[in-house]
Amino acid sequence: MRFHSPASFEDAANIAASATGVTRFLAGGTDVLVQLRADIVEPDDLIDVKQIAGVKDITRRSDGGWDLGVAVAGAEMTEHAALMADWPGLVEGMGLIGSTQVQGRATLVGNLCNASPAGDASPGMMAAGVTVTVTGPNGTREVAVEDVPTAPGRTSLEKGEVVSAVHIPARGANGGDAYLRFIPRTEMDIAVVGCGVNLRLDGDIVTEARVALGAVAPTARLVQDAADAIIGTTLDDAALDALAAAAEAACMPIDDKRGTIEFRTDVAGVLAKRAAKIAYARAKGDTK
Amino acid sequence: MALDNKNNEFKVIGSTPNRPDGLDKVTGRARFGADISVPGMLHGAVVRSPHAHAKIVKIDASKALAMKGVKAVITRADFPEGLEGEDWNLQENAMAGEKALYDGHAVAAVAATSPLAARDAAKLIEVEYEVLLHVTDVDEAMKDGAPAIREGAADYSVPEGLHPNVVRFFDTGMGDLDKGFAEADLVVERSYTTEAAHQGYIEPHACLGQMGADGRGELWCCTQGHWFIRRMSTAVLGVETTNIRVTPSEIGGGFGGKTTITIEPLSLALSRKAGGAPVKMVMNRGEVLRATGPTSSASMDIKMGMTKDGKITAAHGTFRMQGGAFPGAPVDVTTMLAFANYTIENVHHIGYDVITNRPKQAAYRAPGAPMAAFAVESTVDEMCRTLGLDPIETRLKNASRDGTRSTFGPKFGPVGLVESLEAARDHANYKMPLGPNQGRGVASGYWMNWGGETSASVAMSEDGTVTVSVGTPDIGGSRASMALMAAEAFGIAYENVRVNISDTGALGVNEPTHGSRATYASGLATIKAAEECITKMCKRAADKWGIDADAVIWEDGSAKPSGPNAGEFDPLSIGEICAEMGETGGPISGHYEGSPTGFSGSFGTHVVDVEIDPETGHTTVLRYLVVQDAGKAIHPAYVEGQFQGGAAQGIGWALNEEYIYGEDGRLQNPVFLDYRIPVASDLPMIDTVIVEVPNPGHPYGVRGVGETGITPPLPALANAIADATGLRMRGLPMTPPKILAALKAQKNG
Amino acid sequence: MSKVHVTTTVNGDQAEFLCEPRETLLDCLRDKLHLTGSKEGCGTGDCGACSVTVDDRLVCSCLMLGVEAEGKEIKTIEGMADGENLRPLQAKFIEHAALQCGVCTPGILVASEALLKKNPDPTEEELRYWLAGNLCRCTGYDKIIRAVMDAAAEMRETS
Repeated sequence: MRFHSPASFEDAANIAASATGVTRFLAGGTDVLVQLRADIVEPDDLIDVKQIAGVKDITRRSDGGWDLGVAVAGAEMTEHAALMADWPGLVEGMGLIGSTQVQGRATLVGNLCNASPAGDASPGMMAAGVTVTVTGPNGTREVAVEDVPTAPGRTSLEKGEVVSAVHIPARGANGGDAYLRFIPRTEMDIAVVGCGVNLRLDGDIVTEARVALGAVAPTARLVQDAADAIIGTTLDDAALDALAAAAEAACMPIDDKRGTIEFRTDVAGVLAKRAAKIAYARAKGDTK
Repeated sequence: MALDNKNNEFKVIGSTPNRPDGLDKVTGRARFGADISVPGMLHGAVVRSPHAHAKIVKIDASKALAMKGVKAVITRADFPEGLEGEDWNLQENAMAGEKALYDGHAVAAVAATSPLAARDAAKLIEVEYEVLLHVTDVDEAMKDGAPAIREGAADYSVPEGLHPNVVRFFDTGMGDLDKGFAEADLVVERSYTTEAAHQGYIEPHACLGQMGADGRGELWCCTQGHWFIRRMSTAVLGVETTNIRVTPSEIGGGFGGKTTITIEPLSLALSRKAGGAPVKMVMNRGEVLRATGPTSSASMDIKMGMTKDGKITAAHGTFRMQGGAFPGAPVDVTTMLAFANYTIENVHHIGYDVITNRPKQAAYRAPGAPMAAFAVESTVDEMCRTLGLDPIETRLKNASRDGTRSTFGPKFGPVGLVESLEAARDHANYKMPLGPNQGRGVASGYWMNWGGETSASVAMSEDGTVTVSVGTPDIGGSRASMALMAAEAFGIAYENVRVNISDTGALGVNEPTHGSRATYASGLATIKAAEECITKMCKRAADKWGIDADAVIWEDGSAKPSGPNAGEFDPLSIGEICAEMGETGGPISGHYEGSPTGFSGSFGTHVVDVEIDPETGHTTVLRYLVVQDAGKAIHPAYVEGQFQGGAAQGIGWALNEEYIYGEDGRLQNPVFLDYRIPVASDLPMIDTVIVEVPNPGHPYGVRGVGETGITPPLPALANAIADATGLRMRGLPMTPPKILAALKAQKNG
Repeated sequence: MSKVHVTTTVNGDQAEFLCEPRETLLDCLRDKLHLTGSKEGCGTGDCGACSVTVDDRLVCSCLMLGVEAEGKEIKTIEGMADGENLRPLQAKFIEHAALQCGVCTPGILVASEALLKKNPDPTEEELRYWLAGNLCRCTGYDKIIRAVMDAAAEMRETS
């Protein structure tokens, strides 16, 4: 295994583009090292992006949104009071990944590009409308996070491409988000189901909503029908039931060691309702 | 002379001093299995079968041997032939012969100059397999048409007509079942299953073996019992037992799983083949879960009869257990202890030991008892609910106690079940109000405890301090307990005792720290050896005073003249006697060896409150109470620790832990991410009450306490879930998907 | 395979080692610097026995490469006590019998110390969640939680 620590994303992209074997980018390493240890993937070239300037920065843009470096760890997001205040659901999703120790290293981009259907950060990012900058040998492009994972362990990134920045939209007025997952224990498990909800209110009425589900399909995904079920409502019981039904209908899960199809489908509806209620309360100004 | 349990005025017993090895263990200095290195050391790695059941057609190690730094490769061909019985099982399990019998079964091993080189070389060893049909489920393995894992493995006990995978059969009982069931107002017949659970010690197996061409050598390893490791390793290698000296490292948990061999003989065989260079081997977590013993899984049928006022009139249990690809599922213990909580005149047990394509089971805390407890205590709870009886009062009505005949034959002596039930009933936790979706469960459990081969020495130092040498590795603070017992016997300060865990060269044979025996047996041995020292010191004093040794007593750490004709002499302190021992006859030491039989079992009762999320089936443990009989708690904090640790393991087994095999017979969750042991945020504080009903078979009244605690949680959790939801979960683990599915079925009628 | 020369600081002292890029920081601490207090219980970040701090950030040393330690400041269990003076956490673990086998203890101490540095007055729930990645199979966590809470109280009084 060759180890590279380039000083720019352009260099990183060029190393990756010219590599002939298995290539992995290293930020937090909490997936790469597990795969290495378990003999699942031993990269021929491992490209550490942490020596690139700005990768640990959290910056508020002039439009009120946020730009995050790709090596910002979960713990750094959780400790960032202003970011947490804007996007508690997104940050909580990231914060649920692994242990305190894993939080010291794990990143949003790592979770996204590992492309596990059950990644806890992805539904929250999708619900929030996060985009990433992708740098390749031929320049950069912006990609919505929901367009990054294409299948378990696979992304839409081309050979030589690397995610070089994360962009979170401005929170704006009367908005709230939430992420909930179900796990058998209280910590340390992979999500059996995950659900992120982001919405905006006008008075008591939901005017905008995005709902994303994790662990119930080959990739984490936005569910437009679920969002539509609550837009224009006050999130009354009928809306919540419609939301749950839409979430359940969107499930295409598998039976595996972590949960059954039936369980995942049922709990997707339950979590969608619960997350929507939290997001709604937050949009109303509840800071819990 | 020393105090006994008729005169409980202990001076240091029952106090909670700092453990002697505490400083090493909070500073990172304590050396565990993988922490030991020696000059010239090689590193070993194992090639393991990816198949559940496969014929090994060919092993080609030429590429590995051609690699730089590779010093030796071994296969089964490097082990002697002709072993029989359990020795053959151990050898076959350590290194597969003609067939790989489970996913993770070792088929070859390699030694190289670095851990990475060894890993790389292992990947270059090419093994050609012919995959065979497999079976991993106990009920499936007994059916017609199930692949026979090994013809001829069954012993004399198995009746004709059973599947060849049934290798042992048990049939015990007494009384008249028909009469007993006829007397009952309620007869309940239910089936239950439990999955295999792993001991889950945080320290993977590790060893460092060195053996020359002459078959002599050294082995350092983390183990619960180094004499066991010596006997098993040398048997497997065909060398004389004495020729390998085994030194135990500190041990990072065992719970029964480190009482047998796995990589130890491989390191010795690699060392011999590499010309005698020491070979270090350290398992990774995947290897631990795939290839070392979890406990058995079980499938059970229980039939019990009860009168409407709560008297159990008859009980019948059938227990089918698989212990992997070799005989040894603890179904003998399961059948023995299944109904041990109760006095039942008419009782019958049937047991089947079944082999499957899973790793060879190893002991796990009260091996065999928790499965039966789950089935029996769940059934009793269900009967109490049906008849509207209080679960504790009903248990008290039927409880085993001093003088009652056990369901396995002998009469009980003084035991603490009644006391534990009464203490549970009187505890605040039993009276706490419960909210919606909350429920309370009660269950009792038993472990019979053990004595076993024991050898210990106590040696006096020149300043009157004491070295105690025992052969039972300290896994949970036993050095502190030994030091307390020695201090009590001598009448000296706890700090004046040093406890060593001796290697196999320094003492006679010792059984491991297992069976809840260490504090009982090594403790008894320590006290007896101390008493021998005291007798010798009294003699030295008598000689000095010119009086009969009979006229000297030992009190508060000093020899004193006693009796009308002894004369007037100032007491001689332990320090004074020992300071002169070189001139008064030489070193003073005491020794004990024996297989003490005065052990007595420990009963416990647990009370747990849970809350069930009706929408997800998730169980939250709200509060937990362990009440258990310790006989006499030598170091109460470590006794509580045993109670709490047993409860936590039982909670894990009940709710989330399980071996999950795929259709291909491979273990799907050989990682702590998916083998879900309880984490800190899963558990509440675990409240404890130590009941003390002294054991007359130990000088200070000790009962082993290590194992009982894992037995009640399985049914206690099931009973609490039943109380909260009305659902009777009869298969472990009681995971959220299972509970949610049951809730839905309940709702849909 | 070519090795990389790494210069780092461990427990306040400069340390150097040569490692293959695929070797973890834990491997390097244990096998090259002979600091065996950090343990490998899983190798996958699930048990926390290898907990160390890197630039004051709590991490699993099994989930970090040795080459990533270049220029960093690493602290391990071996650097916790000040000479012969134990930290309050260490003393409280002994006093409360908060360890049985002791193999998870170094990681739990390092993790707890990191928490108390950040939050000197954690609730029991905060502590339990903070330590959720430190598996202990012996104790049921009860005495560990009590020991950390007691140490925190003592540290608050003396600070």
